[in-house]
Amino acid sequence: MEIVLVSLLNGLVYGMLLFMLASGLTLIFSMMGVLNFAHASIYMIGAYLAFTVSQFTGFFPALIIAPILCGLLGAAIEVWGLRRAHGNGHIAELLFTFGLVFIIQRVVQMTWGMLPMPYRVPPLLDFPLFTFYGAHFPAYRGFMLLVSAGMLVATWLLLKKTRVGLIIQAALTQPQMVSALGHNVPRVFTIVFAGGCMLAGLAGVIGGNYQTTEPGMADAMGPIVFVVVVFGGLGSLMGCFIASILMGMIQTFAVVIDASLLDLIKPLGITLSGDNLFTEFMTVPVARIGALLPFALMILILLFRPRGLMGTRDT
Amino acid sequence: MSTAEPISKAISRSLGRSIAGPAAMPTQGWVWTALLIAAVAMPWLFYNYTTHRHSGFVVSMLSQMGMMSILALSYNMLLGQAGLFSLCHATFFGIGGYATIHFLNLAGAGSLPLPLELIPFLSGLSGLGLAIVFGYMATKQRATAFAMITLGIGELMTTAALMFHHFFGGEGGVNSNRMIDHSLFGFKYGASIQVYYLILAWTLLSALAMLFLTRTPLGRMANASRDNFERVQFMGYDPRMVRFLQFVLSGFFAGIGGGLYAITYEIVTFDALAAPLSANALLMAYIGGISAFGGPILGAVLITLLQSGVSLMSNSWLVYVGVLFISMVIFAPNGIMGLVEAHGPIVRAGRFGRLLVPYVRVLIPGLVMLLGFVGVVELASFLTIGAAQGKTLVLFGSKIDVHAVLPWLAAFVCLIGGLFWFRIEAQSFGRVWDGLMSELKPQRSAA
Repeated sequence: MEIVLVSLLNGLVYGMLLFMLASGLTLIFSMMGVLNFAHASIYMIGAYLAFTVSQFTGFFPALIIAPILCGLLGAAIEVWGLRRAHGNGHIAELLFTFGLVFIIQRVVQMTWGMLPMPYRVPPLLDFPLFTFYGAHFPAYRGFMLLVSAGMLVATWLLLKKTRVGLIIQAALTQPQMVSALGHNVPRVFTIVFAGGCMLAGLAGVIGGNYQTTEPGMADAMGPIVFVVVVFGGLGSLMGCFIASILMGMIQTFAVVIDASLLDLIKPLGITLSGDNLFTEFMTVPVARIGALLPFALMILILLFRPRGLMGTRDT
Repeated sequence: MSTAEPISKAISRSLGRSIAGPAAMPTQGWVWTALLIAAVAMPWLFYNYTTHRHSGFVVSMLSQMGMMSILALSYNMLLGQAGLFSLCHATFFGIGGYATIHFLNLAGAGSLPLPLELIPFLSGLSGLGLAIVFGYMATKQRATAFAMITLGIGELMTTAALMFHHFFGGEGGVNSNRMIDHSLFGFKYGASIQVYYLILAWTLLSALAMLFLTRTPLGRMANASRDNFERVQFMGYDPRMVRFLQFVLSGFFAGIGGGLYAITYEIVTFDALAAPLSANALLMAYIGGISAFGGPILGAVLITLLQSGVSLMSNSWLVYVGVLFISMVIFAPNGIMGLVEAHGPIVRAGRFGRLLVPYVRVLIPGLVMLLGFVGVVELASFLTIGAAQGKTLVLFGSKIDVHAVLPWLAAFVCLIGGLFWFRIEAQSFGRVWDGLMSELKPQRSAA
């Protein structure tokens, strides 16, 4: 029982972190039709910047400053890079963000070195929030939940209740019409791109000390975030939310399940012997193939529902 | 609004023109013949006549170029010819490699009576088999969704390769021995030079087969569904089927490349199907030029040269490749081949001389800018990565203190000054270029 509760909470924390990344990606995608491959790289930059800034100012100012820096970086990428690539078509935009991944990866290594950074949870939040059945739940994870939930509400309010949000929503589906009404659509694009990068940066700030701040963190996070976006349905924020939480749960629950496929069919009286690929496939415990599950799930959903969980359109 | 229409328009725009047609090929034939002769002769240029040995470095680099050419060419069957941005191409290369190791082990044990020369064909078939499975899933979609599905497939296979030990051997990979004592021509393939010629032969065969495929109805329909898939549907073709066939065939050729990889190195680890190799395939095809058939070969040769040359000297060669790639995406979407081909009409009209002076004027600030950029990157990388490795930056025989102000200042002045100077010169170059082009236009329409 306690394992279920602890995994549930941890899955929620991880899922919300995923959602913070995936929501920015989805917003950018549904608006500009661009899949930003460098999104996880911005997440990494957010973590590194937070580490550096927090050495001067402490953690909480860094929580504000680092995402803003990431947003500015995003705006610069959009104005000086993406907009130019846009002239060469959609594939060119994809390729452009793909090239950014390499550059950011190496630039981060060149600036901060190859070793993990000692980016730690601030002492103020470094205590167990509550204990049940002997398992501690760190206060920092509660803080992460708080920040991501706050971000979720803020984004929702911004998109649904403000004038800016209305224009953004309109520009998502009818860019020409919005432009004809006298709004500066390219600037809206820049704002959305910068906003998405800001969310990624924020995720980096609170995710950097939850996981490890090291040059491989973008590569570790990137594919999962893409899986989330595809699984939830390209362009759907709601689907993206469900998929994030689901993936978070799967990742945390898979670690504690020691059953295998063979256990599933054992009641039917089937036994396997021998030492070959098939037996290995059937007897490998779920805990070991946890990393593989999101990708397998994505392929499964694409087979039966090509537009994802709540996607509204085929691409 | 459907995103489909702008994408297809955009792709055709980004490609500028379709693959060079059959009419354009014979005029380029001599280039490829020369390249082939160079590839055959190259190991002998570096032959050491006193020790009677080939240069191992050169032979292994040439072998690498051969298999990378196959990989890049087969990748271009997707990106250039069908407009499909795949991120799991190395999966088929890798699976060809893994399968080949197992085939070699079988053949070595005597249970597979096949000469070594034909084993790459089996590797291709393994790639084809896996491409049928994954192609069925991936080609349901196109454009962005296709890219993401292939990303997932690539990650799936990489994680699977680390988990299932029977086929993939885990982190250590699987290994074998290529000397199976069964050959069509009686070679033992102990020496790497023999393997090189085997690779060359298979590269030539695969390249010819892929060139042939561009001229079949399938190749033409792939181009058509890249440019306007809705119109293809109206004509009664199924664009998904076209994508599927193209995907499967490119998986076949990637598998052949992987087979040659396994034969050369006699060991295959998960690196052979991981994301960096997929990205490499993309870089090679794109930098070489995806709109011309030979572009990917050029890209493969160039990137392999850079990889084995620059990566020895610099920690940060990926930055250079990344910046080169991004500049190509923005300024030269048709790659190096596209840049060369753009000069075609000017050279044919005999006006190339008028571009020489502008070229020199652009080249000088370009070099200054490049010098500044390399300076900044190297200084930064020696500050962190180099320091961790205990290396120091040595330039012109003297050590350079990366903490001093002067080198940084010089590099930044070069970079920023060169950038502004380059922009001014590039504008005047653009004027000369446009002038030449508008002069040539009436002639071309009259002809």
